[in-house]
Order: sequence, then structure tokens, then C-alpha cells
Amino acid sequence: MLWNPLKPSVTPIRLQSDREDTLRKPPNFFVLLWSNRKARIGITMLFFFFAMAVFGPLVAPYSLSDTDFATSQPPTLAHWLGTTQSGQDVLTQLLYGARVSLFVGFVAGALVIVIAMFIGFVAGYFRGWVDDLLSLLMNIVLVLPGLPLMILIAAYIPSHGIGEIILVMSITGWAFGGRTLRAQMFTMVQQDYVIAAKFAGEKSLWIIFREIVPNMLSYIIANFFGAVIGAVLAEAGLEFLGLGNPSITSWGTMIYWAQSSDAMLSGQWAWILAPGLCIAGLAASLTFINFGIDAVANPRLQEE
Amino acid sequence: MKYFVRKTGFLLLTLWIAITLNFILPRLMPGNPAQAMMAKYAQRGPITPTEEHALALMLGLPTGSLWSQYWQYLSNILHGNFGVSYSFYPLSVMAVIANALPWTLILVGLVTILQFIVGTLLGIYAAWHRGKKFDSSATVLFSFTSALPYFWVALMFIYVFGYILNWFPISGGYSGSLSPTLNWNFAGSAIYHSVLPALTIFITSIGGSLLGMRNNMINTLGEDYILLARAEGLSETTVAIRYAARNALLPIVTNFAMSLGMVVGGSLLMETVFAYPGMGYLLATALNNQDYPLLQALFFFITLSVLLANFMADVIYGVLDPRVRKGGAR
Repeated sequence: MLWNPLKPSVTPIRLQSDREDTLRKPPNFFVLLWSNRKARIGITMLFFFFAMAVFGPLVAPYSLSDTDFATSQPPTLAHWLGTTQSGQDVLTQLLYGARVSLFVGFVAGALVIVIAMFIGFVAGYFRGWVDDLLSLLMNIVLVLPGLPLMILIAAYIPSHGIGEIILVMSITGWAFGGRTLRAQMFTMVQQDYVIAAKFAGEKSLWIIFREIVPNMLSYIIANFFGAVIGAVLAEAGLEFLGLGNPSITSWGTMIYWAQSSDAMLSGQWAWILAPGLCIAGLAASLTFINFGIDAVANPRLQEE
Repeated sequence: MKYFVRKTGFLLLTLWIAITLNFILPRLMPGNPAQAMMAKYAQRGPITPTEEHALALMLGLPTGSLWSQYWQYLSNILHGNFGVSYSFYPLSVMAVIANALPWTLILVGLVTILQFIVGTLLGIYAAWHRGKKFDSSATVLFSFTSALPYFWVALMFIYVFGYILNWFPISGGYSGSLSPTLNWNFAGSAIYHSVLPALTIFITSIGGSLLGMRNNMINTLGEDYILLARAEGLSETTVAIRYAARNALLPIVTNFAMSLGMVVGGSLLMETVFAYPGMGYLLATALNNQDYPLLQALFFFITLSVLLANFMADVIYGVLDPRVRKGGAR
């Protein structure tokens, strides 16, 4: 919408000022995001997986505890994705598994981002020796290899439930987000409006959460989605290695069971294909949303 | 100089922390893994105190105060003594790792370098032709492939190329009828067995290189010196390669060094799926057999390689970019 100030406008003055008023209002972040094609694809996919987690058990063809079907069947009309080695319906497992996989991914992602925000903000806002100390801590955690560390910790934990997996992933996964959020906070604190707020005598917490956070919301959301992607993939990996609770039905444990009962050597391709595609699709949907956030927040990556 | 001293200090500090973590973690958790091992032996029949003592010596169970155990542990690591493997008894942990390391280093190392070169070149191309057909389809395609779980891709490859098409072997690092000696027969078999694992790593990791380079390059293309170079009438290729790509490569060098460091422990899950005789498969074996000395040593070596790679990246970066060394941009 180009408005050339040198060219006298033909439209009535009243109308023009109306239009300017609407233009001056900053566009809603989510509206902007939706206008990006990749973000739109990602949001739609994510919505689909959420619907699967919420309504999956309602539309599942059988009960999760039904184990008396013919075992190790390839896909048939009665069992679209076949049956497992212990006679469960794979499609039913897939629909129920969405809940666990999404729950673990998003809760671990949320924990990761809370820790990352806390440490990153404290370091970036207060600077000085606090920053030196916390930055050192972040660099140390960041450089320790994530998956092997998770495996090492998980190997020593006596019980392997959902809680333990979430815990292991959050204590190993926060450093990357912490460092980027610290860098953001570090530059934000130097901005005039923050200095003005400090001079006005506002409290630190108020400045951080009411003045600064709204301005870096896109970074926080992008980091949150990044953390969820990491958690979803790490969960699948840990469960695949047998470090999860194999009696819980999630996409990761489904692949674990499929692999341990040699599913692909008996032609049960759907049993492995389906949960893997769901994990990849979930991770990809979040990646696409992050692409959109990047394009909206970083004008250089903006697409025409 | 101060920069390099600081980085060396960081390397030593992180190394010490990794070793200490390795020492503390088993002792923090309820139940001693070695005792669990003893209990396992005890199931086969009652153990007399002398037998118990012999077993403890054989497995190298720690004795004495926590403090003296810690010093003993540190000195053992300095001497490269990681004890005896439970699952490959009587082989020492070091011998077991020495067998597995070359497999991982060669396969994963080569593929990592290859995917980095191809991915970076494609990233340069995509950024230069930004918004065109290749760029938009490549970003969507590769953000999807980089979201694929490694081990799942491996499983699907096994199914399609191993089980259905029967083109490639589905597990192992070489044909079972051969013994690992250096001759053409063996090398051919090893290469044949490594095709699917290599393809798995390549496909799942190239997306990261491509997208990283693309985004960096797009940021660089917005700089004033690119505009100036164009205004001076330099040819498109000169601007793209000598001006934009060269500068965009800087942060990528770090990524590359980091992913080389990840080589040793990088494809744990892929190796597990293919039963490929490298470090990752060894880690899974150690996990399944509760072989804690082996597990600890593997974690140590994986961490060591990552830390060294990180150190190298910092040093190279410091040499290439004086701003970092002088403490300017950070």
C-alpha cells in the first residue's frame, strides 16, 4: 500500500485518515504469522496432531487393551495398519500414542523454556559476575553431548516413566535456549525504553516481563517450539533404545516394539512407517512454524 | 593470546566436569550398579565371601572412601585404564572401544564431511537464487528431512532396500563369513554394508547444513559491502562466492567442527538399527547388558571428542575472525 505524500490524494480526506488509523495499529503477531505460507502449513499440521491427541481415543477402531486379534498381521481391512506381535491393533495404538508423545514433547519443551528464560534473563539483565557465572554454566551444559548424556543419566535411573524422561530431557536441554535468550536480553537492556523505565523507578521484574518480554515474544515462542522439536525427537530416541517405559503406548515405544519383534522382516511396514511419520510430521510442523516466525521477526529472511 | 588461554581453560574445565559427572552419577542413584551385577551372579548360586571378594576384584569394584575412590578414578583415566568390560569379559574396556572406534570414525566421518560440502554448496545456491523454484522447494523438503528421526529412516531403508528389493545387507559392518583383515575382499564387503548407514546419515543431516548456510548467506547478502561490490560492477559469481559465501561460511565453520566432534557419538541410533559395529552400537550393547564401565568410558570418549572439536572450532574461529579474538563481537 504505497502512499505518495507528493501526489495529492483524490480520495476524500476523512476516508484517508480512517485508513491511516488502521494502518498505524501494529499488526497482530498471529495474523502476520498466518500470512506466511510455511507457518500456515505448520499450524495446520500441528492442529491435526492436537486433534489426534484429543479425539484419537474416541475414533479409535478398537480398545487399547484389546489383545486378542491375530498377531503380526500386515495391513488388512479390519486392521488398517496391521496388528502387533501381541495382537493389538496398530492404528488404535497410533491414535492413543499421540497423547503421550505430544504430552511429553510439550511439557518437556515448556520446562526447558522456563529454565532457559530464567537463567538467560537473569544473566542478560543483571550482567557482571552473575552473567559470567551463568554464561559459563550454559556453555558447559551446551558443549556436553546431549543424547549420550541423556542416555547416561537414564541408564542410572532405576525407574523409567514419563516423568523421568521429561526430567532427563529438561535438565540436559535448556542451555541452547538459555544462551539465545540471554543474548536477546543483553541487547534489549541497552535500549532507550528500558533505560527510561529504569529511571522511572520500575522494578526489575516489571521491566523484564512488561517491557522487554513482549518485545522478544517471537524469540521466546521460536525457542519454545525448538525445544519441543528436540524433546519429541529425543523422546523417540530414548524410547527406541528401551530407556522409556515400554508398557506405555507412545510413538517411540511403538517403534521400539516393532523393531524388537522384527516387524520389517515380516512385512509389517505400516507398523513402523506410521509412528515414524507422525514423529517426523510433528517435528516438521513445528519447524515450519519456526520458519514463519523467523520470516516475520527477521526482515532479511522475509519472503515476498 | 588471552583468548586462546581462556579457551584452553574452558576445555580443561569441561573435561573435568564430564569426568566428575561420570564419577558422581552412578553414586548418586539408589542402588550400586556393581552390586546389581553381583546380585545377578548370586542368582546362579550362593556366593561365599571369598568368591565375592574375587568377583569384586575381577570387576574392579571401588573400595575405600569416596575421596580416595575419586583420586583413583582420575588417575585411572589419565592412564587410559577404564577397567574390564562386563559384557565382553575378559576384554578391557579400552580394547573393546579400540575395535569399534575405526568403524564409526571412517563411516560417520566421511559422510559428515561429504554432507557438509554438498549441503553448503546447495545452501549457497539456494540463498543466491532466493525465492526461486529450487530455494522454495529445497527449504520445505530439507526442513522435513532434518525433522526425520535418524533411526526411523534407517528402519525404512532396511525395509525397502534390504527386505523388499534385497539390494543391500540389513545388518552388520561386513559379511559374517569374512574376518576383519585388510584385503580387498573385506574392504568390498565393508563398503557394501556401509551404503545404507551412510545414506541414512547423509539424508538426515544434509538439511541442517543446507538451511544453516542458506540463512547465513541471506543475512550476509543484506550487508552494505555486497551492495558496494555490486555497484562496482563485479561479476555475479565473484560477489556470490568471494564476498557473500566467504563471510557467511564463518559461523558455519563452528557448526562443521561441532558436527565432526559429534561423529564419535553422533549416530548412536543409526548404528543400533543396522547393528553396525561402531561406537553407537557398542553403547546400546553396554546399555542392554548394564555394562557400566563400558558405558562410562563411551560417554567419556564421546564427550572428549566433542570438547576437542569445540576447542578446535574456537581456535579456528579466533584465527579467522580477529573480532572474536579481540573480544569485540561475541
